[in-house]
Amino acid sequence: MSLTRQDVEKIAHLARLAISDQEMPAYVASLSSIVDFVDQLSRADTGAVQPMAHPLAGQTQRLRPDEVTETDCREKYQANAPAVQAGLYLVPRVIE
Amino acid sequence: MLHTRTIGELADSLERREISSVELTRHFLARIERFDPSLNALITPTPERALAEAAVADQRRSAGERGPLLGIPLIHKDIFCTDGVRTSCGSRMLDNFVAPYDATVVARLKAAGAVMMGKANMDEFAMGSSNETSHYGAVKNPWDEAKVPGGSSGGSAAAVAARLAPFATGTDTGGSIRQPAALTGVTGIKPTYGRVSRYGMIAFASSLDQAGVFAPSAADAAIVMRAMSGFDPRDSTSVDKPVPDYPAELNAPLKGLKIGLLKEFFDGLEGRNGALIGAALDVFRSLGAQTADVSLPSLPLSVPTYYVVAPAECSSNLSRFDGVRFGYRCERPSDLLDMYKRSRGEGFGAEVKRRIMTGTYVLSAGYFDAYYLKAQKARQLITDEFRAAFERVDLLLGPTTPTPAFGIGAKIDDPVTMYLNDIYTIGANLAGLPALSAPCGFIDDLPMGVQLIGPHFAEARLLNAAHRFQLATDWHTRIPRGYA
Repeated sequence: MSLTRQDVEKIAHLARLAISDQEMPAYVASLSSIVDFVDQLSRADTGAVQPMAHPLAGQTQRLRPDEVTETDCREKYQANAPAVQAGLYLVPRVIE
Repeated sequence: MLHTRTIGELADSLERREISSVELTRHFLARIERFDPSLNALITPTPERALAEAAVADQRRSAGERGPLLGIPLIHKDIFCTDGVRTSCGSRMLDNFVAPYDATVVARLKAAGAVMMGKANMDEFAMGSSNETSHYGAVKNPWDEAKVPGGSSGGSAAAVAARLAPFATGTDTGGSIRQPAALTGVTGIKPTYGRVSRYGMIAFASSLDQAGVFAPSAADAAIVMRAMSGFDPRDSTSVDKPVPDYPAELNAPLKGLKIGLLKEFFDGLEGRNGALIGAALDVFRSLGAQTADVSLPSLPLSVPTYYVVAPAECSSNLSRFDGVRFGYRCERPSDLLDMYKRSRGEGFGAEVKRRIMTGTYVLSAGYFDAYYLKAQKARQLITDEFRAAFERVDLLLGPTTPTPAFGIGAKIDDPVTMYLNDIYTIGANLAGLPALSAPCGFIDDLPMGVQLIGPHFAEARLLNAAHRFQLATDWHTRIPRGYA
């Protein structure tokens, strides 16, 4: 196994994913096999090649004028929220 | 029968008032009702909305409007946002998500008068090659219901193969249009990165994702591609380049077309698969094409490169699902961190969690250079080799998949084996190239595809070559038993 249970617990925490104790061994095994598989890249000679920045050569990120173009859709968007009140998204208390 | 006609023939019948869009839509809705309970190709059928849209299409035609898709029904992959209709992306996370706007692809096809009949099943967040990772259950392959249809756009592919719709949309990040097209015996095209807008298409790996089409034939796909493609200021990587008249270019002769045969695709190719690809090649030669051997020495790095880059982008893109603004939230969170972790842990399925964690790992401190940066270098190498190849040849030809459709459950417990299904398709995504799969025969009564890959923005050439191939063959007209 290229990854330990502690490694996967740390990754899961960084990714904000709750993984149960029962599920953990399967993730340790499958993530290890994936890491072993992609490790073949380390043997590839990539020489002085620059890492890719865009799939189409010469394309640059477009800029747009800093203008308001969207209308207010707050109510429509918040209709999908698990909990809202007075136009605000509700989350568990953060500050005591 | 209406469902065996081409889009062109259906549009002619609509134009001659032999049939209305409402009648046509009813015909396909009846097929969905009859066949989909076992196929599971749709997550959300929208029959009432479809009939209302069909009535509008009929009114538009009565008012003098014409158009190749005006009144033609379709199914959208459930990755495209559809205003007022649930857009689940195959995930429990978005089971209750009603999109508040239309994706550009949806808006363009609606403007062209196409009639949406529902949202197609798919692997969760487009992560899978078998459609088994969907929260809504596996899709069956209409050629053999014990087999997968491929993925991630498996619902779209199965629906077109079973003729539940004249065409369907899909997305392709590592082969998710071409692989299921091959395994279900339909034509599927993934355009050049930037050709079709990604606005409103739920993001998996933004530098690889591209929308495309499933249809029985290249001629049908050309009609849809023309309507879907084009610049969109709402997608920052959309390319501002005129859209060719794909249908008008379908019939160009293939005499003198230079087809490259990729050494890396043919080395180790299974015998019966190799025979089908060889037979397809003979057809192209008989149409006047020439062939040349081509080698891309870095191509074997495609799959490991992809499984660094795609999970890295996925881990970043899917961080938006936090249980706050939309999507699933766990019951009674004890605090904010618990809410994030349990909402994501319960809302995402196993494969999505695996990819998020892979991506988190390769981007984490101490590993970024060894994995992510290295993969982006390999990606540049592969892209450079493709570019050099296209200085010598017009198209590359090879298999779409290593095998025909496999059994439901056969590979789901072994992610790396599953990932190798996309060994022939991933290269085009890494390099942003357009690629197409067309039916080319059968192995064990299951359909197989031949893949054509072109240089950037060569969609017209791909569609032209596939159309000429389909004029000389009849594989694309075969319909699975029981669905004729």
